[in-house]
Amino acid sequence: MTMSLDAPDETMLQQHFDSTIAHEHRVEPRDWMPDGYRKTMIRQIAQHAHSEIIGMQPEGNWITRAPSLRRKAVLLAKVQDEAGHGMYLYSAAETLGADRADLTDKLVHGQQKYSSIFNYPTLSYADVGVIGWLVDGAAICNQVPLCRSSYGPYGRAMIRICKEESFHQRQGYELLMTMMAGTDAQRAMVQGAVDRFWWPSLMMFGPPDDASVNTEQSMAWGIKRHTNDELRQRFVDMSVPQAEKLGVRLPDPELAWNDARQHYDFGSVDWDELSAVIKGNGPCNAQRVAHRKAAHDEGAWVRDAATAYAAKTSRRLEAKT
Amino acid sequence: MIEDEFGAYHALTESEDDHRWAFGTGFTDALEGVDTGVAEGIDGDALAAYCLMLGDDALIYSHRLQQWITRAPELEEETALGNIALDLLGQARMLLARAGRADGTGRDEDRFAFFRDEHEFRNVRLVERLDQDFAELVARLLIFSAFRLALFDGLRASTDPVLSAIAEKGVKELTYHRDYAASWVVRLGDGTELSHRRMQAAIEVNWPLLDELFTPHAVEAALAGVAVEVGTLRAEVEAVLDTVLATASLDRPDLAPMAKLRGLAGRDGVHTEALGMLLAELQSVARAHPDATW
Repeated sequence: MTMSLDAPDETMLQQHFDSTIAHEHRVEPRDWMPDGYRKTMIRQIAQHAHSEIIGMQPEGNWITRAPSLRRKAVLLAKVQDEAGHGMYLYSAAETLGADRADLTDKLVHGQQKYSSIFNYPTLSYADVGVIGWLVDGAAICNQVPLCRSSYGPYGRAMIRICKEESFHQRQGYELLMTMMAGTDAQRAMVQGAVDRFWWPSLMMFGPPDDASVNTEQSMAWGIKRHTNDELRQRFVDMSVPQAEKLGVRLPDPELAWNDARQHYDFGSVDWDELSAVIKGNGPCNAQRVAHRKAAHDEGAWVRDAATAYAAKTSRRLEAKT
Repeated sequence: MIEDEFGAYHALTESEDDHRWAFGTGFTDALEGVDTGVAEGIDGDALAAYCLMLGDDALIYSHRLQQWITRAPELEEETALGNIALDLLGQARMLLARAGRADGTGRDEDRFAFFRDEHEFRNVRLVERLDQDFAELVARLLIFSAFRLALFDGLRASTDPVLSAIAEKGVKELTYHRDYAASWVVRLGDGTELSHRRMQAAIEVNWPLLDELFTPHAVEAALAGVAVEVGTLRAEVEAVLDTVLATASLDRPDLAPMAKLRGLAGRDGVHTEALGMLLAELQSVARAHPDATW
C-alpha cells in the first residue's frame, strides 16, 4: 500500500519563514529557509569567524613583548578568547551546512573576507590598548544588535561573545588610562595609536548607507538591525567623552557637538583608503593571510596524523568486538 | 531598546572595579589566607634562589608556548596552548613574587622577569630552545610537564606554606598539560609515517636535556623539607615517559646527556645561546621604558 504525504510546498514554507521573521522569532538550523538567507548567513558568520582568527595576529604580535607579566596574562587570555570565539562562530556556520575546513580554505585563498581593521599594523604597546578601546568598542556597537539576529545559533553566539568583548574593551581602556598616567613617552605612544586607529575604527561600520549594497535585504531578514551610518554615529557619540576622560585628542578637526542634532558632527571617512584596504592593498593584508596560510599548511601533517590515528583506533576497536 | 543594548559600552567610563575581566590575569589570589612570612630557620637566600629556579622554568617555557599563538595546526590547539602558557605564567608570577619576599629585597615579579640578565636566570636548559615543529612542541611539553608534575606533587608537602599552596594549585594544571602532551605524542607517534618520523626526531632533540632535570643542586640541599629532592623523581618521570613512548610506538632514545660547562648548567645561570634572544624579546619594551608603569 502506498501513502502519499504531500510535501509542504515552497509557498507555505516561505510564508512560515516570513511569519517567523515578522514576529521576531528565531530561525533554527532545521527550519526551512530561503537559499539566499542561508548563503547570506553563512557569509556573515564566516566573515565574523575569520575576523576573530585573523584578529589574533595584530595583538598576538605583542604577547611575547608585553611590558609586565600582568599585562602579558591579560593579553594572552584575550587572544585565547578570540580563538574561542572563532571556533564558536565556525560551529554556528556549520549548523547551516558549511564546513569549517572549507571556510578556512576560502580564507587562506583570499576568497572570503574578514574585517579590514586587522590589515593595519600594531606598532607600539599602546596599540593593544587602543584596539581594546576603539576596535573592540566598534565591534561591540556592530555586534550587540546581532544578539537579536533572526538566526538562532548566531544570535546566541553573539550574546556570549559580546560579554567577553566588553571585558576586553575595558581592559584596553584601563591599559590606556594607566599609560596616560605614566611617562611622556607612554602618553605619546597612546596618542600615536589613537591617531592611527581612529579612522580605521570608523570604517569598521562599512560604507555609507547610500552605498551599502547588502543593507536593505539584511534588515528585512532581521540579520542586520541598524544601518551603517546609525551605528557609526553612535560610536562617535560614545567615544568622544571617553577620549576626553582619557586625555587624548581624536584626529578630526571637524569633530564638534551639534546641539540641534544632539549628536557629534564629524569629518568624512576616506573611503578611497578603505576601498584600497578592502581590495587587498592595506598595510598588512598580504601578511595576515600569508601568516594564517602558513600556520594552516604547516599544520597539515599534524591534522593528517590525527585523522590517521583516529581511523586506526576505531579499526582496532572494531577488531576487538 | 537600543540604549539597553549599549549599556555595556556606557559602563566603560564608570569607575567601578570589576574583577571579571579575564581568566588567569592575576585577580584570583592563590595565596589568599596563606602566611607569606619566611619561617625561622629557613635560609631566605636559598629559598629565593629555589623560587627563581622553579619560576624561571615556567616563565621561559611559557614564552616558548606564547610563540605558538596564531601558528597552531588547529584552533583547538590554539586555545589549549594558550591555556597552558597562561597556567605556567601564573605559576611563574607567584614564584617570582615569593623570591622577592624571601630574599628580603622586596623586588616584584616584573623586576625579576624584565631586569635580570641572562646569567641570573636559573631555569633548566630544556625550556630554552625554539621549537622547530609541532612534534618538538609536544615532545618537550610531555617531558617538562611530567617532570614538573612529579616535582609539584612532592612540593605539596613542603614546609614552606607558600610553595605548598602554589604546588597544590599547580598539580591540577600540570596534570592537564601532561595528558594533553601525551595524547598528541601518541597521535603523532602512531599516526602517519611522516608524523612518526618527526615525533621520534623530536623526542631525540629533547632527550639529552632530560638528565639535567634530575641533577641535585646545592640550593635544594640547603632547603631540607622545603625543596623536593629531584634525584628521587627520576624513576617516576621516566616510567611515565616510557609508557607514553611505548603506546606511541616510539623508541626510547639511547643518547648521552648534554654536557655541562665547567660543571655548571641552567640552574647555575649557564645557558644555551637560545636564552639570550628569548630575553631580548621578552624584556625589550620593559627595558626601553624603565620608569614607566603598565
